[in-house]
Amino acid sequence: MNIVVCVKYVPDAQAERTFNASDNTTDRENVDGLLSELDEYAVEEALKIVEAGEGEVTVLTVGPDAAADAIKKALQMGAAKGVHVNDDAIHGSDAVATSLVLAEAIKKLGDVDLVVTGMASTDGTMGVVPAMLAERLGLPAVTYASELTVEGTTATIRRDGDASTQTITATLPALVSVTDQINEPRYPSFKGIMAAKKKPVESWSLADLGVDASQVGLDAAWTKVDSFSARPPRTQGEIVADEGDGGAKLAAFLTERKFV
Amino acid sequence: MAEVLVLVDHLEGKVRKTTAELLTIARRLGEPSAVFVGTGFDAAKETLARFGAEKVYRVESPEVLEHLVVPQAELLAQLVSDKAPAAVLLPSSPEGKEIAARLAVKTESGLITDAVDVQAADGGVATTQSVFAGSYTVSATVTKGTPIVAVKPNSATPEEAAGAAADEVLDFIPSDAAKGARITESKPKQASGRPELTEAAIVVSGGRGTAGDFSKVEEFADSLGAAVGASRAAVDAGWYPHTSQVGQTGKQVSPQLYVACGISGAIQHRAGMQTSKTIVAVNKDNEAPIFELVDFGVVGDLFTVLPQATEAIKAAKD
Repeated sequence: MNIVVCVKYVPDAQAERTFNASDNTTDRENVDGLLSELDEYAVEEALKIVEAGEGEVTVLTVGPDAAADAIKKALQMGAAKGVHVNDDAIHGSDAVATSLVLAEAIKKLGDVDLVVTGMASTDGTMGVVPAMLAERLGLPAVTYASELTVEGTTATIRRDGDASTQTITATLPALVSVTDQINEPRYPSFKGIMAAKKKPVESWSLADLGVDASQVGLDAAWTKVDSFSARPPRTQGEIVADEGDGGAKLAAFLTERKFV
Repeated sequence: MAEVLVLVDHLEGKVRKTTAELLTIARRLGEPSAVFVGTGFDAAKETLARFGAEKVYRVESPEVLEHLVVPQAELLAQLVSDKAPAAVLLPSSPEGKEIAARLAVKTESGLITDAVDVQAADGGVATTQSVFAGSYTVSATVTKGTPIVAVKPNSATPEEAAGAAADEVLDFIPSDAAKGARITESKPKQASGRPELTEAAIVVSGGRGTAGDFSKVEEFADSLGAAVGASRAAVDAGWYPHTSQVGQTGKQVSPQLYVACGISGAIQHRAGMQTSKTIVAVNKDNEAPIFELVDFGVVGDLFTVLPQATEAIKAAKD
C-alpha cells in the first residue's frame, strides 16, 4: 500500500504570527516554524496502516526551504521518504494553487493508494485543501475521520458530527482527512531520529511538475488580502476574589451587562 | 438584479439560524435564491420566505445527501453556470467549506472561508475575516470567477424581509464520479436542548477545574440559556464530547458572552474564544492566563461561585 501524507510547515501558533507589510502574505520567514500539529495525526495514522500490513509512507510538502523541517519530523516518526516541492514562484499562493501543486506532485509519484491529510492547517485554518486536492485528483474523499479502517480496497471512517455520528466508506484510491481525535502521534524515538538522516528526500521545482509559474504565486491567486490590522489587545476588566460573595458579584455583573 | 445563491443549512426542513443570516447578507449583494437539498421543504418554505428568499431551487433525490459533498458541489456548479450569480454563500461549517472548496475548483472561482462580515463593494463582494486566533482582522476579496464565501455563524443579525420563495424542483442527477463516498450509517445524537455551540449568544465552558463534574457548569449555563463548551483538557479526559470542544482544534466561537470555568486559558483554548464580545472567567488560580482576557473575573472555586451565581440569576428572572 502506497500512502502519501501531505504536511505543512507553519508558523508556531504559540508565538506571534503576523503578515508581511510588503505584500500582505503570511510571514513565514521571521518566525519559528514547525510541522503543523494537526498533520502529526495524519502521519501517525498512515504509519499505523503500513505497520499493520505492508507498504510505505511518503511525506509530501510544498513550502520554502525551512519546510524541510516538517518533512524531517515526519521521517523521524517513521515515514520512508520525503518529497519537498520548493520554488520561489510559489510564494503567496492561495489554497487553490497549493492544491494544484500538491496534486501534480502526487500524480508524479504515481501509484498512490491513499492520500492522508490533517483536517486543516493551524495557520490558514481553512480546511479546504484536502477537498480541493481530491477534486483535482478525481478521488473520493472521506474527511474529518476520528477512526479509520482500511480493508482491501475499502476505506471506512467514523465521523463525529454535531447532529450525528456517521460511518462513511470509499473505495481506494481515496483521500482521507483525519481529526486530532483519531490517534496519539508518537514521539520520534532516538532510533527514528538517527534513521531519518539516511532517508531520501527529493526536492522538486515547478518545472519538475510541469506547472507554469503563472498558475501559482501571489499574482495568480483567486483571492487577495486587501488589508490587515492587528486587533487591539483586550484590556483586563475587574477581577474579584471570592470571599463568600463571588457568585453574587458575578450575577450582578451579568445583570448590569444585560445578559440576565 | 443578479441572484445570490444561498445553500440552505437544515435538518429535514428545520432551517438553522445561520441560513437566516446568509439570506440577510445575500440581500446586500443581490436577489437571494436559496438552494434546498433534501426533504422537508414544506417545513422550510415559510422561514426561507420570511428572510427574503425570492426563489428556492429544490433537489429532493436522497442519493444527493447520501454521497456527501460532491453532488452538492456539482449542483451548485451547474447553477453558477446557468444563473451567473453575483456570489454563492454557504455556512462556514466543515461540510459547507468542503462543498465550497470543490465548487471553487469546479468553477475556477476564488473562495473566502470563515468570513465574519460580507458587504457589497464596487460591483463585487468585500469580506472580513478574523485570523491567527483572532489576533488579526483581514479584508479580503475574490479576484477571479464567482465569489464563493463561507460565512461564520453570528456574522449578521437576521432581518425579516418577505420574499416570494418561488420554488423550482431541479432535475439534478449526480455524476458517477460524485458517488465515490457514501454514508453507510448515521446515528443521530441526542439533542441537549441547549443552543448550538457556534450559534449561541452565550457560551459557558468547563475545564480541568471541574474535575469531571460539569453539573455546576451546566446549571449555570441553563440559568442563562447558554450553550455548554469544554476545554481540550476536559475533552481529552473524556468528561465532555469532542463536538463541545472550544479551541484551536475544536470549535471557534464568538458569542456575546463567554464564561470560562476552571479553564486556565492556554493559547489552544484562547484561539477558540478570544473574539467573544464579553469574556468572564472563574478560576481558583489568580495567575491563570485567562484572566488577562476578561471583562470580569472571579478568583474562586467554581463549585461555590457558580451555584451562588445560578441562584441569583434564577431569582432575578422570577
